This record gives sequence, C-alpha cells and structure tokens, in this order.
Amino acid sequence: MAKRIVILGGGTGGTLTANRLSKHYGDDVEVTVVDRDDDHVYQPGLLFVPFGLADPDDIVRPRQRQLKKGVAFHRAGIDHVDIDGDEVHLVDGTVLPYDLLVVATGARLLPDETEGLTGPGWGEKVFTFYDLAGATALHDALERFEGGRVVVNVVDLPIKCPVAPLEFSFLADWYFHDRGLRDRVELTYVTPLDGAFTKPTASRTLGGMLDEKGVELVTEFNTGEVDGEGGRLVSYDEREVPFDLAVVIPLHGGAEYVDRSPGLGDELGFVPTDQHTLQSKVRPNIFAIGDATNVPASKAGSVTHFEGEVLLRNIIRFLDGEELDASYDGHANCFIETGFHKAMLIDFNYDTEPVGGHFPAGVGMPLLQDSRLNHLGKLMFQWVYWHVLLPGRDIPGIRPDMPTSGKELASH
Amino acid sequence: MTTTTIAGQAVDRNDEGFFEHPEQWTEDVAVEIAKEEGIDELTPEHWQVIHFMRKEYVEKGTGPTVRVLGKTSGVSVKELYQLFPKGPAKVAAKIAGIPKPRGCI
Ligand SMILES: Cc1cc2nc3c(=O)[nH]c(=O)nc-3n(C[C@H](O)[C@H](O)[C@H](O)COP(=O)(O)OP(=O)(O)OC[C@H]3O[C@@H](n4cnc5c(N)ncnc54)[C@H](O)[C@@H]3O)c2cc1C
Repeated sequence: MAKRIVILGGGTGGTLTANRLSKHYGDDVEVTVVDRDDDHVYQPGLLFVPFGLADPDDIVRPRQRQLKKGVAFHRAGIDHVDIDGDEVHLVDGTVLPYDLLVVATGARLLPDETEGLTGPGWGEKVFTFYDLAGATALHDALERFEGGRVVVNVVDLPIKCPVAPLEFSFLADWYFHDRGLRDRVELTYVTPLDGAFTKPTASRTLGGMLDEKGVELVTEFNTGEVDGEGGRLVSYDEREVPFDLAVVIPLHGGAEYVDRSPGLGDELGFVPTDQHTLQSKVRPNIFAIGDATNVPASKAGSVTHFEGEVLLRNIIRFLDGEELDASYDGHANCFIETGFHKAMLIDFNYDTEPVGGHFPAGVGMPLLQDSRLNHLGKLMFQWVYWHVLLPGRDIPGIRPDMPTSGKELASH
Repeated sequence: MTTTTIAGQAVDRNDEGFFEHPEQWTEDVAVEIAKEEGIDELTPEHWQVIHFMRKEYVEKGTGPTVRVLGKTSGVSVKELYQLFPKGPAKVAAKIAGIPKPRGCI
C-alpha cells in the first residue's frame, strides 16, 4: 500500500512540501494537505497594504490551485492530532491516519493575551497589519490620519518576519512625507529588545536608519497593557508611551489545535523540532517546517523555503529507513524595505549574523546597505513566491545553505 | 570575563554579569547577587522562580523567556515584574546563575 503522508497547513511550507513530494514520488505516496480555508495569502504583501502599495485582492490566491495535480486537498479545521495513534482528527469529523505527518500550520496571532489590546480602540486607533483584515483596516485609518503620534510596537518575540515592523516604520516615514504630513507626525518604534534588531551588526545599521528617518527608538519595553481609550502603551515596569495611532504586532503562538494534542507542542504551541533535520522531537514520524517549529531561526518564508529541500530529503530517507541528513543551517534571507524605492538585504544562519558584502557572491546585491536593486528584488519576491517557492523549485544559483563568498566575515 | 569571590565561592561571570559556569552557583551566592541587583531579601516566591530557572536550564540548555516563565513557573508575568522589577528573565537568570536566556530571532 502507498505510504500516507498528511500535511497540516496549506500555506507556504505545506504547499511547497506537498509539491516537492508529489514531484519526487508521483503516485507512489498519498499526499493529503489539510487547511481550514482556501485563501492563500502572500503574507510579505501585508506590509504594503496599509500604505496603498498593494491591493488586498492581489495578494490572495486559492490554496488548492497552488498544489500539484496528484495532491489531495481537504478543507477543514484541525481538531487534534493523536500522536500515539498516528491519526489526525478534523473538525468535520474526518479521521486521517498517517504513516508520516508534516506540521506546517504556521504561527497564530494572540492579541487577546495582551491586556487591553482588543479592548476599546481596537480597530479605531489600535491596529495590526499582520493579517489581511488588520492591514486593510489600517489602510483606511492611515488615509484618515492627519497628524499626531504613531507608535509601532512589538509586544514580544518570536514574531513572523522580525524585520517587518521596522520596514513598516520606514515605509510610514515615506508615506507621511509623500502626503506632506511628515512634520506633523511623531513616529516611535517600541521594542522589547535592547536595540532595533536581534543581531548586533544589523541592529546598529537598522538603529542608525531609524535615527536618520527621525523615528524615535524605545527599547527594553515589555508591553503589559495597551490602553486604547487613554492612548498609551504601558510596560510591565510601568513606563508609558502615548499614541494617537498604535500599530501593534501581537504575541505569536502555534496553532490552537497543537494545545489540544497531548505531547505535540511546547508551552507556546510550537513543535519541538531538531534544528538540523526538521524531524520533530515528539515522534520520529512527525516532521515540522516553517513558523510552526521551535527552531531558533527567523519565522520567514525564506527560511521555510530553505528548510523545504532538507525536509524532502529527510522524508525520503525516513521512509527508506535511512539515517537523516542534518544539514539545515538556519539560513535566512530577508529583504528589508526602507522606503523611497530602496531596500536592504540581510543573509544569515544559526552561526553567522548578518554582515555586509554582496549576495550571493562577490558580484550581486549589496548586503546590509539600502539600494534600488534590492527594492526590485523585494518586489520580484512576490513572483518568485507563487512561481518558484510554492511549486517547490530551487531558486537558480541559491542553495539552501548560506553562501559565505561575498560576505565581509571577520576571520577567526 | 571576571572572576569574583562571592560568599566564599569563586564565580566567573561575563561582562554582562551572567554566569560562565552554572555549577559555581550556591544559594548563598544567589543571596549576594540579588543584593547587587537591588533585591535585599529573597522571598519564597523569588526562590520558586530561581529554582524553576535552573531546572529549565538543566533540561533545555537555556533559561526561559519572561513569557514562558509566566506560563509555566506558576508566577504571572505581572508578579514576575514585581519580584524582579529590572526585568525578570535577565535578573532572575543572573541570580539563578545561568547564562543569558537565548532570545528569539
Ligand atoms: C506582515 C508579514 C510580512 C512578512 N514578510 C516576509 C518577507 O518579506 N520575507 C519572508 O521570507 N517572510 C515574510 N513573512 C513570513 C512568511 O509569510 C511566513 O514565515 C511563512 O508564510 C510561513 O509559512 P508556514 O507554512 O510556516 O505558515 P503559513 O504560510 O502561515 O501557513 C499556515 C497554514 O496553516 C493553516 N492552519 C493553521 N491552523 C489550522 C487549523 N487549526 N486547521 C486548519 N488549518 C490551519 C492556516 O490556515 C495557514 O494556511 C511575513 C509575514 C508577515 C505576517
């Protein structure tokens, strides 16, 4: 009998894994993808929606159409996984037995876990752009905005695409310039970190860029409460940041069914996963990819893509009873939109922080420095996403492990 | 790295004040480091958090973040800030004698 592979989640990771498996095995395995809806959102596009730079309709496509022909798509919510019985129980009552399970249900926004965040003012002067409804509502609010204090607040990590809130600040600076309002807008970036970003070199560069653009930086701020009515963020250590408009990136956790599946996830609902093989630590026949894992890599589409190749190899090896390949190195590659038609590029992995130089080699896109070429790269990424990433192709000239040639690495 | 003698015990700490060798920790050392951090008396709630941090470190190789502490230590995030006003994860890690909790990226 053909082996049954069930993939939970039909987003970036689920789709590219299903397509890679289908290409490799044809009909020799049964691949089923489960997702609760049929709207595949190109999430990097959410950054542009608030500024009218992307139309909500243009960044959503039907999920099923991104899947190759042989892949079955089951549309239903997931109720729980029985990791001892090797079965997935769906909300519609269906039970899917599996030989191998891939968890690709991403990360979930948890705005309710921050006091006051979804209380009075939510959707009026407190917003997030991390989902489509939020990004669209924020667009309307920005259009109406005529001046005042705008704060961008990251409540806590991990979050998807940790550079996106910085990009939002840069684009807001540009947007208000363009509307001739910039001198009437105070922009503040409020973060729990001790700098603009997690990695020291990039943090200095990005911090400098906030400064250049006149965005005030408030660090080590652990948001305990968002008071929409009073217009203030309050930290646990009782500092306050006032606002007229707050853009908040809520806490993230894993999908809620993970909490209902004994043994599957950690305290935050992420699946404990080997950071080099992508096999889960909970059962050998459960693998995980993308934002759903607890690996110490960025929660990013590029990470998901690079993981995809190692994951495919390891599923094949696992089904063949061979030893797994421990070669995923945490490679991440992010364009950082900096406004005024420019962008910056960072490239890093578990061991190497983002540094300057060029990508993928000595001649190429400048790293850790903004340029028009990188901005075009960022725009191209949407095409690459639908036509290269999701179909499970490799990007020509770009391998899953991080390139070192072209990088300004300190010698050891 | 600096080596100091605290409560009769040689302790190696990095520039930020985190332990290089968690095995050099004793409860007496913790009491002294708490004072350095402006906490004059460690209450039973402080000890609950400190022991929890050490247990997590031994099991997982890194100390928990404030959010995970709030979910799993039995002490809420709000109370954690009352106990360790300058930042529960970092200050409690210093007092518990474990390395700086690995943040997320
Ligand atoms: C604003 C923003 C900007 C970003 N910008 C970038 C960028 O520039 N570059 C980059 O590389 N990455 C970026 N990302 C991150 C990137 O989009 C994600 O890392 C990537 O999509 C993760 O893929 P995934 O498969 O893990 O999760 P997802 O693509 O989110 O897929 C998870 C799927 O699981 C389904 N699901 C969840 N729970 C259930 C359930 N109970 N039942 C059924 N189905 C369920 C969901 O419907 C969803 O389709 C950005 C993200 C955001 C929010």
